[in-house]
Amino acid sequence: MPAPLIGASVGRKEGQEKTRGAACYVDDMTLPGMLHGVTVRSRVPRGRIRGIRYEGDIPWNEFTIVTARDIPGKNVVTLLTEDQPFLADQFVNHPEEAIVLLAHTDRFLLEEARRHVAFDIDPLPPVFSIEDSLARKAVVWGEDNVMKSFLVEKGKVDDVWARADLVFEGEYETGAQEQLYIEPQGMIAQASPADGVTVWGSLQCPYYVHKALMPLFGLPPDRVRVVQMTTGGGFGGKEEYPSMIGGHAALLSWKAGGRPVKIIYDRAEDMVATTKRHPSRTRHKTALSRDGRLLGMEIDFVVDAGAYVTLSPVVLSRGTIHAAGPYRCDHVRIRSRAVATNAPPHGAFRGFGAPQSIFALERHLDRAARALGLSPEELRRRNLLRQGETTATQQEVLEKINLPSLLDLALEKSEWRRRKEEFAAHNRSGADAVKKGLGLAVFFHGSGFTGSGESYLASVVGAEAGRGGRVTVLAASTEIGQGTNTIFSQIVADALAIPYDWVEVAQPDTSRVPNSGPTVASRTAMIVGKLVETAALGLRDKLRAGGFLGVTYDDRAWAEACDRYLDLHGTLQAQAKYELPPHVKWDDKTYTGAAYGAFGWAVYVAAVSVDTVTYETRVDDFVAVQDIGRVLHPVFAAGQVEGGVAQAIGFALYENVILANGRMVNGKMTNYVMPTSVDLPPIRVFFQEVPYEYGPAGAKGVGELPMDGPAPAILNAIEDALGVSVRKIPALPEVVMEAAGCL
Amino acid sequence: MPDKLLMRFRVNGEPQEVAVRVEKTLLEVLREDLGLTGTKHGCELGECGMCAVAIGGRPILSCLALAVECQDQEITTVEGLAKDGRLDPLQETFAALGAAQCGYCTPAFLVTARALLDRDPHPSRKTIAKALSGALCRCTGYLKIFEAVEEAMLKATAPGAAHASPPPASTPGAPAPSTAPSPAPGGSPA
Repeated sequence: MPAPLIGASVGRKEGQEKTRGAACYVDDMTLPGMLHGVTVRSRVPRGRIRGIRYEGDIPWNEFTIVTARDIPGKNVVTLLTEDQPFLADQFVNHPEEAIVLLAHTDRFLLEEARRHVAFDIDPLPPVFSIEDSLARKAVVWGEDNVMKSFLVEKGKVDDVWARADLVFEGEYETGAQEQLYIEPQGMIAQASPADGVTVWGSLQCPYYVHKALMPLFGLPPDRVRVVQMTTGGGFGGKEEYPSMIGGHAALLSWKAGGRPVKIIYDRAEDMVATTKRHPSRTRHKTALSRDGRLLGMEIDFVVDAGAYVTLSPVVLSRGTIHAAGPYRCDHVRIRSRAVATNAPPHGAFRGFGAPQSIFALERHLDRAARALGLSPEELRRRNLLRQGETTATQQEVLEKINLPSLLDLALEKSEWRRRKEEFAAHNRSGADAVKKGLGLAVFFHGSGFTGSGESYLASVVGAEAGRGGRVTVLAASTEIGQGTNTIFSQIVADALAIPYDWVEVAQPDTSRVPNSGPTVASRTAMIVGKLVETAALGLRDKLRAGGFLGVTYDDRAWAEACDRYLDLHGTLQAQAKYELPPHVKWDDKTYTGAAYGAFGWAVYVAAVSVDTVTYETRVDDFVAVQDIGRVLHPVFAAGQVEGGVAQAIGFALYENVILANGRMVNGKMTNYVMPTSVDLPPIRVFFQEVPYEYGPAGAKGVGELPMDGPAPAILNAIEDALGVSVRKIPALPEVVMEAAGCL
Repeated sequence: MPDKLLMRFRVNGEPQEVAVRVEKTLLEVLREDLGLTGTKHGCELGECGMCAVAIGGRPILSCLALAVECQDQEITTVEGLAKDGRLDPLQETFAALGAAQCGYCTPAFLVTARALLDRDPHPSRKTIAKALSGALCRCTGYLKIFEAVEEAMLKATAPGAAHASPPPASTPGAPAPSTAPSPAPGGSPA
């Protein structure tokens, strides 16, 4: 038996291809006769389109021009709700809405032409904030601007206020955040009535694009093909938006008689027009006993969805389910709403609603502890969820969780007690304008789709054996940097006891791979990885059933068995289809039950310095302790945590999307600031491994968890440093300054 | 001024002669005229650092340089880091130590780190962080990148250190458009 690969940090499957500069991203691909395409957008946040003018000294007859009238099928981006068009026809609902598409061979002329398309739009009254939308200053979506709402009820929260020693209230806000994957979005399409539609692109979810393109052209599944190119980061930003760009490129190609069309967004267009994290506002009202027990929690959570529904109901759902955290509380009510504004639709971004509601909760509990005179770690310790207890949705926790031990480890690694004293003495001394603070957050993140979502998806993975015992994984789950190719190969190599080099993962191409679901929701390792394992074992079982392979075998026997099977049967394939584990029972009507098969659990600690002259905050040290089940690849898992923490430090302190009249006005990397290599602290990552029965080798999800905890831990540390309560992020210097009463 | 100028320069050790539109940046000429697509664009405004190439061993942003400014220069792109079919140690350590995740920023970090190590073979962590601060990475939080640079530095100074191992014959799982014509491959190193 070869040494197990799971748990070992094997080399990245496509690593050297990436370091040689040979990996092929969409803009590295050129097709003969290819045109370039651009999008012309409304600029008016809401209005009725009266006309389109093509002006200036532009040879318009050389251009391929597409408007809504040219769409052969249905003008709607199929996802959850059929409200968003590919191209605005009569009305526009946000300033970046696409109205006209242009294509030409000359990119320079194309840019010139884009500036000479003018629209006559009669403006209609817009809304731009959660409060204005809730107040219905203008009704811009449906009857009341509310796209989706949820209500979670556990116990009788109305009865607890009277018997509480403390009823503590607070309001918290989070801003929009740009995913800022470093590769801008882009797609190439080749489309004609004769050949159907093929798109190649930078994307996370091939079958989402596939699903959106079929009705756009009125084509059956086998006439639409979606191929993922090497993708330079996604973080949720390439979950739904590639459908839009793919549709646009394909419409241009269709009109241009099947010539291939490439649309690559420049950074400014990508930042302002594509989806960002939903801004949020959360209100908490919490009943506590004198000794710090949580008696009741009432939470009102609202997110700004932007102009169209896109994925907002699901983002809202995850934010809602995570809003009461990993705590024991018998009486909980969570109301949540996603409301419309005339900004571009907000969408998926790592964490998917949970970073917003967890920020509010973990800030709130810290403040409540202060009000009770308890330490923040002690208040949490007294309420940590234990195995057998229930979450807000009344999900009984079956996992062998040990939150107190995660908390202990985080306190130990951060030298919590010693540093608390040291920082307090430093701050008291008054010798230094720089104040120091320590803050923590305790949180969880559900792996996989919520509730019955995974059974609706019914994901399928295939495995195929080739000559010499080679095995190819067939799945639509994409490698976007997180390590899909590598962990799938580790799982197969271990399951079949064959060398890692014998395993390859097919390029996601809807004409070749089955639908293993979208690459989202921390589901690829846990859900799809398990299917990969099952499909691989299916190959072995077929070989054994046919008498080609014995109970024990070595590499050579495996290779020979495959060859002999192929000689006789031509192909050797196996498939695995997802089935919900028996403990996952969910009721969509009452919003109760097992929201997730498993959770990642974590305790994070941040140490900060705040300069009381400039009010700049710097994170000096960061400790991230988590249980993500079995760790499949220690280096990649740590990489996910380090990268997630870095992104969350940006969310907490730096990344400020300034929307004016629905338009992002700081769509550049110089005025929308993400952390650079000199802005980050050491990020110290620790795992406590508690294997999960239904994950491959015991693994759970890790991708999103690290996005949830850093912002509240950092803001709690700011309060520890200054004694000033900042309740919104990003905590820019002026925000902290204002909270400190200095503005 | 004519629309196009004839440019002569050396790229990855090979002489190149190409007629370029005068308004084209070095980045555009490398990617579009020479097919060296290993160098990436991320903003084309000099903000993200993705387009770093070395001119005479110094990293520059190729999106801010007009190609016509580079007459007679010696340019190194990521495709030129491997020598005699052997990978630069940085190319190995970035692949092995989790420094390349999505990989899009990797060429820029490699070119910049190579310039650093050539200038200063034993940089401190702080020097590394500063030298690389002009390039943005959204995946890693930079820590694995620092570790990969340090590991390459150790490899280079280890007694009897050879110049890494040859590149793999093939990269299984490497996506390539299956029916489309091949995209421009990386230039072969001299």
